[in-house]
Order: sequence, then C-alpha cells, then structure tokens
Amino acid sequence: MPTLDPIAMLGDRSSVRFEPGPTEDKMILNMGPQHPSTHGVLRIMLELDGEYILRAEPILGYVHRMHEWIAEQKTYMQFIPNMGRVDYLHAMAWNWAYVGAVERLAGIEVPERAEYIRVAVTELNRISSHLVWWGAYLLDLGAFTPILYAFDDREQILDILQDVTGSRLTYSYFTIGGVYNDVPADFRERCIKFVSRMRSQLPMYRDLVTSNAILRGRCEGIGELTAEVARRYGATGPVLRGSGIASDTRTSEPYGVYDRFHFRIPTYTEGDAMARYRVRLDELETSCEIIEQAVANLPEGPIATKISRNFKPPKGEASMAVEGARGKVLVHVRSDGGPKPYRVKLRAPGFSNLSLFPELAQGTLIADAVSILGSLDLVIPEIDR
Amino acid sequence: MIFSKIKDVLKGLKSLATGLGITGRAFCAKKVTVIYPQEEVDNLSTFRGMVELIGKEDAPEEPMCAACGNCAKACPSNCITILCPIPAKEGEAAQMGPAPQKGARTPGRFIMDFSLCCLCGQCIGSCARNGLQFSNDPYVVSFNRKDFQFDLLKRLHSQAHDRSDSDLPKAKPE
Amino acid sequence: MNAFSLLFTYTAARLVLWMVLMFAFVGLNALVLVWVERKVAGYVQLRPGPLHVGPQGLLQPLADAVKLMGKQLLTPAAGDKVLFWAAPLLAFTPVMVCFLPMPFDPRFNPLPMNLGLVLILAFSGLGVVSLCLAGWGSNNKWSLLGAARAVAQSVAYEVPLLLSAMAVAICAGSLDLYTIVGRQGGWPWQWYGVKNPLAFVIFLICAVAETNRAPFDLPEGESELTAGFHTEYSGMGFGIFFLAEYANMVIVSGVAAALFLGGWQGPFLPGVWWFLLKIYGILLFIIWLRWTFPRVRFDQLLNLSWKWLTPLALLDFALAVVMAGMRI
Repeated sequence: MPTLDPIAMLGDRSSVRFEPGPTEDKMILNMGPQHPSTHGVLRIMLELDGEYILRAEPILGYVHRMHEWIAEQKTYMQFIPNMGRVDYLHAMAWNWAYVGAVERLAGIEVPERAEYIRVAVTELNRISSHLVWWGAYLLDLGAFTPILYAFDDREQILDILQDVTGSRLTYSYFTIGGVYNDVPADFRERCIKFVSRMRSQLPMYRDLVTSNAILRGRCEGIGELTAEVARRYGATGPVLRGSGIASDTRTSEPYGVYDRFHFRIPTYTEGDAMARYRVRLDELETSCEIIEQAVANLPEGPIATKISRNFKPPKGEASMAVEGARGKVLVHVRSDGGPKPYRVKLRAPGFSNLSLFPELAQGTLIADAVSILGSLDLVIPEIDR
Repeated sequence: MIFSKIKDVLKGLKSLATGLGITGRAFCAKKVTVIYPQEEVDNLSTFRGMVELIGKEDAPEEPMCAACGNCAKACPSNCITILCPIPAKEGEAAQMGPAPQKGARTPGRFIMDFSLCCLCGQCIGSCARNGLQFSNDPYVVSFNRKDFQFDLLKRLHSQAHDRSDSDLPKAKPE
Repeated sequence: MNAFSLLFTYTAARLVLWMVLMFAFVGLNALVLVWVERKVAGYVQLRPGPLHVGPQGLLQPLADAVKLMGKQLLTPAAGDKVLFWAAPLLAFTPVMVCFLPMPFDPRFNPLPMNLGLVLILAFSGLGVVSLCLAGWGSNNKWSLLGAARAVAQSVAYEVPLLLSAMAVAICAGSLDLYTIVGRQGGWPWQWYGVKNPLAFVIFLICAVAETNRAPFDLPEGESELTAGFHTEYSGMGFGIFFLAEYANMVIVSGVAAALFLGGWQGPFLPGVWWFLLKIYGILLFIIWLRWTFPRVRFDQLLNLSWKWLTPLALLDFALAVVMAGMRI
C-alpha cells in the first residue's frame, strides 16, 4: 500500500502534529467532520491505542460563517437576525446579548413589559434547548426513544413561541429597545399549562433515563473535571456548575429584571458527565420557576422604546453577558458613531467548553469520548460563528 | 459489602424494568404526530410566512405602500426591489428606477426575492404606513428558483380578487 | 428400485423441500420483522411508523428491498475485494444450516440427528468471522474498530450461552432439540424456562449480545462508529447483513423457544403455530429492548459477560447437573 502523506496531499497545517509516527501500535483516527455524535461539523483527530485515546485535538472552522465580519457590513438593526443563527438552539440568549450591548452603548431604556417578556421567552427557549441536548445526548449513547419524548414536549414550547414570535427555531424577536411584537392574550395560561406539563414529565425522564443502570454506567465517573481545570479553561454554564462552582450570569451579573426573581442555581460537585447531566435536568425545573414568576407579574405597558430609523449610537463600546443554555454568552459592540458597528465580538461559551475536551478525553475509551462530548453540550456553529 | 453490591444489582435491574414499563406504556399511548398530507397542523394563523403587501381599506387592490424605499433599505438581505417611474423630461420615454423617486406615491413594481428573505421582519418594522405584513403561508414550494421572485403587487391583486366575492361588505342599497 | 434408493430419494426430497421452505421462511420473516421493528419503534416513540406504502405500511419492507437492490455496489479501492464481498455471503450461509435441526413440528424432521443443539451453536459462532472480514476488507478504521469489538463480544458471550443451553440439555438428557421439546409439556410449569429461570435469563441476554442487538450493538454502534463494520457496504451488501441479522434473531429465538418455552407443545392449536407464537413473543421482547435502553460501553459489556454471566451460568450448570442426577 503506498504511504499516504497528509501534509503533501492536503497542505493541511493542522495535521502536522499528528504525523504517522514510527510506532505501530497507535492508530490515528479522524472523528471526521461527518459523524453522528459530534453535534455539528466538528473534526477531532484522535490518536488511539486500541480503543484508548492517547491524544485528542478538535479542529474547527468547518462552519465558519463570518458573523463578526457581517456585523461590520450591516446596520445595527439589520444584524439582529444573524444572532438567532449563531446558536440556533438558544437564539433568544444571543439576541438578548447583542441587543442589550447596543442598548447599553446608546443608553436606551427598555420598558418593563418588554423586560418581563424577554425573561419568559428566553427561559422557554432554554428549556427547549436543554430538551434537544437531552435527546441528542441519549441518541449518542444509543437510546433511540428519549429524543422523541423530548421533542414531543418541545413541540409545546415551539407552539407557544410560534404564537408569540411567528418562528419556531431561529427567532429574531428582540429589537433595540424592546421586543418586536406583543405576546398574545393567552400567553400566560399557556405558559402555566406548559410548566405544569413539564413538571409532570420530569419524573418520567428520571425513571426512564436518569436512574437507568446502563446510562449511569455510561455517565458516572466519566470525564471528571475539577474546579481548577474548569476555571483555567474558562468553562461556563452547566459544565462549570457540574464541577462545584455555583456561578451563573443571571445572579452574578444580573441583567434585565432577573434580580426580581427567586430561583435556585443547581450545582453538583462530582464534576463527571453525570453531574453535568443532572445540572441541566435541574435547570429545566429552575426555568419553570422563572417562567411562572415572570408571567405572573407581567406588567402592562409599551413593548419597545422607539429608536430613530437612522440609528447611530454614540462613539464608544459596551458589552453584555447573558446566561445561555451552554454558558456565558458575551457580545461586545464597538461603535464609531456611524450606522454600522465598527466591531462586534461574539464570545461563544462552547469554544471554551470544547477546549476542555483534549484534557478530559485523554486516557478514555472512544465511547467515553462520545459521552464527554455530549455532556459538554456543544453546538458547533456557535463555536465557529 | 456483598449485601450492598447485591442491592445495587437489584436496584439496577429494577431501573431496567421501569424503563421497559415506560416504553411499554408509550407503545399503547395515543400518537402525537400529525399525518401530513391527510391532516394539517392547526396553528398556522400565527406562522411567520412570506412578507406581503396590505391593501387599502376601501380599495383592497391598491397597496398602502407609498414607495418610500425604507423597507428595501432596512432589509439585511437586499431582497426587496421597488421600482417607480423616474420623472422624465419632455419627450423622453418614462423609465423605472429604484424607490424613492420624486413624485411617485405608489410603487410601479414591488419584487420580493423570497429565496434571500430570512423572515426577520425588519421591513415590516420600518414601514411608516404598516403596509407590509407576514402572511401565514408555509407552503411556498417550487422546483424553480425563479418562482421565488414574487411580484407582491400581483399577489395583492389576486388576493383582493379572491376576497371580493366572499367577505367584503357589499354596498347597502340606498 | 430397491429399498436403499427409495429411502435415499425420500430423504433427499424431504431435505430439498425443507431447504426451500426455510429459504421462504427466512425471506418472509425478514420482511415481516423489518415491518414489525419499524412499527414497534414508531409506537414506542409516539408516532405511527410506516403508514403510506401499502395498508399500514405493510409493503414498506418490499419498497426497502427494491431500493437496496437498485443501489450501486461500491467496493473500497484500497480494500481487500475478495474479503469484502465474502463477508456478506459468509454472514448469511451458516444461518441456513442452523435451520435444519429447528423443531417446528414433531412430524416433520428432515434430517434426524442427535446433535442438533451443537450444530446450531457451532454454526451461529461462524457469523463473527464474517464481521471480521467485513471490518478488515473495508480499509476503514471505523469498520476495523467495529470488527474488533464484534470478535471480543462474540467470544465473551458464547460461553454463558453454551453453558445455559447445556444446563437444559443435561436436564433433558439429550442434545437433540426434538427430544428436548418432547420432554417439556404444554403448560408453563412444565417448561424448562420456569424450572430453571436463571438459565433462561442468561440465555436471552447472551442471545441479544450474540446477534449484536441493542443494548449490545457496539459492533454496529450507530452513533459512535457511524455504522461499524458495515459502514462501507451499500445496497445489497448492507441488505444481506441486515437479512442475516434478522435471520440470526429468528434462530436464537427459535432455540430459546425450543429449550425454555416448550417448543411446539401447547393446548388446542397444532404444534407449529405454538412454536411460531413463542418465537415471535421472544422477538418482540428483543425489539422492545432495543428501543428502550442505551448502549453499554465496551468494557462494561465484557465485564458483564466474564464477571457476572459466566460464573452464574457455571453455578446454574452445576445445579442442573445435581437436579438431573436426582431425577427432578
């Protein structure tokens, strides 16, 4: 068989570190851009000894869509739909982060009704994102049914959000100064009904999956992440809270009206995949609590502050961090006084979470690598932007 | 120690049996899917479908649009093209140019390229007259890309005609 | 025409008839099982499954078969062509042999032999060789991983399978499936599955593992290894592996029904219907398992077999010997 020289064939500089070495008992495997379990177009180069991973390196860039460059070509209002596409599973969080940064930059005050609506729809979106994560994680582990149960519950959320925003996945519902349109009259009852349905489904999830012996064998003790390692890599969100650090942007840097709500921050100290799993399932309950409080206290009033058609924020920069389903979403906007932003920096939580993977995966089996990847809850388009 | 290990094993087996019970019950439960095309979903009235013009109250064939060009400027994807007659000098043939044009109060042509539209609603939000709305039509399908360049004036026209013999109030006899 | 040639023709004719019947049975079963699997999957997942092709989707497997036959057969350029295409054939052939000693009905025994059980267990072990060839001949690291897993898994689960089958054989005093069924009765308390439930459970677990069905479907681990050992196969190559998997399932269910559930014995109905009913009961259970549980990890799989099932099977075998000795 002719020797294949990857460098000569592809000119791929990132493959240089994985030269086919002289040792014969190691295998270089490409968990390629097309793989059922990498949750997007992620390429991971693995160096294997049988089934044990000696080295792992994620290679990004397959879904790079140049969002930050596009932001410099569009006006502030025109860029809002892009934010829904960065992380399509929790589009409201990215919407909020960008719109909030621009509002901070221009000193725009958002009406109270809009703030409460923002909280309610973002938490609904968080629940739907966690349901997708749960279903997809179990699909990676080989259970083909729970994803459909999750999607059945998710349909209720999507129906509610369709009645509010008109869209089912890539929402561009936020606008600079408030939200795009008002919620329908039955929004409150539908949210309350949904919350009670979600709460009645959670015991079934626990019985079918969480206490299942096979799943516990796949998740407990896998990918143990200590608090210092998590801090070192800048991990945020459920990944961090699964390692014992109770840090949540909604309580540490409150934005909107979050300081008016009472909710628990689920934290587990084990740091393994099971801890991260439990954090996310408990966050479903937390989001239900927040939604209940938000729709119960929804004040009347306008839904948006009017801004001029030729919106030009003053020179300067501002940033806003929100708690997304995957972690801390940060958008930094810099303006030079013109109608288009000078620079928009998007900080994706998945990027820092993914950088943990090489350290977590070392010494584990491939099946464990799949489990670890799933427990990090990655959405590759968000990482590549 | 052996005792606790056996208890773990039994707990594990019980969890497996519970899981089987849940899927078994789901097997007998009612199905939640909607069998398209025999059935359709029932919440399309709030769906954010293609953008269309709104006709005037008293003359539904004419759009409320004043051809100011704000929506075309606001669109991130440049999918709206509004053409109005350019004020021509004496003797020259009339030509169409992009809105706004001096003296043009109504659009000559209003083309929306739906293959570029991302349904963000910036056009609707920027219209001073509330002359645009989302339709509720999810069935915009075709085999040909050219079919997605919608002539919204023609669409408004045919919508007004469909409605004219149904629910518009007829003039009361004096 | 002397007596010898008469006997020879009669036996040969019976064998040929049996082979034709079995080919038809396997083919029909594959179609029916594909439909049952997809329908059960659908119903468990709160959706109706195939609905549009034929009434209630009954012609869906036919449409799938036609589609598979119409696809282009690709061979990996750098793979071993002979091994690559020998693998599907090798997956399917032992299955046909395994149907010879199956006790469908007491009256129709095409090839009386007194080692039927051993024949089945021996030939069902050949299936793993085909997985090996498929994994190696594909020139694909993912397939290789799948094949390596398949070998270890098969070897590990052969042992408790054999031991639990032997426990029943000892109790019945014969290795001929017809005799074993004959020793049981029509009612559940007369079945070996009730007299020796541990052997039944161990046999079922090993059967699921031997046929590479979830939760033990690591060799074809869909979400980890893309498609494991049959990644590179298209069209009918994949179709033959698919058929072989279902045929294997029918065989192990048949052996389980014969050994533990009383085979053709049962009141009111003629024997062959009871046998088919029991086979399909076990098959439905196996399908139910697939759509409920996630996959076990590879080392957990081997641990389960070597540390738990094999010692338990040995214990059970010893108990069976004692009980057989005491004529229970």
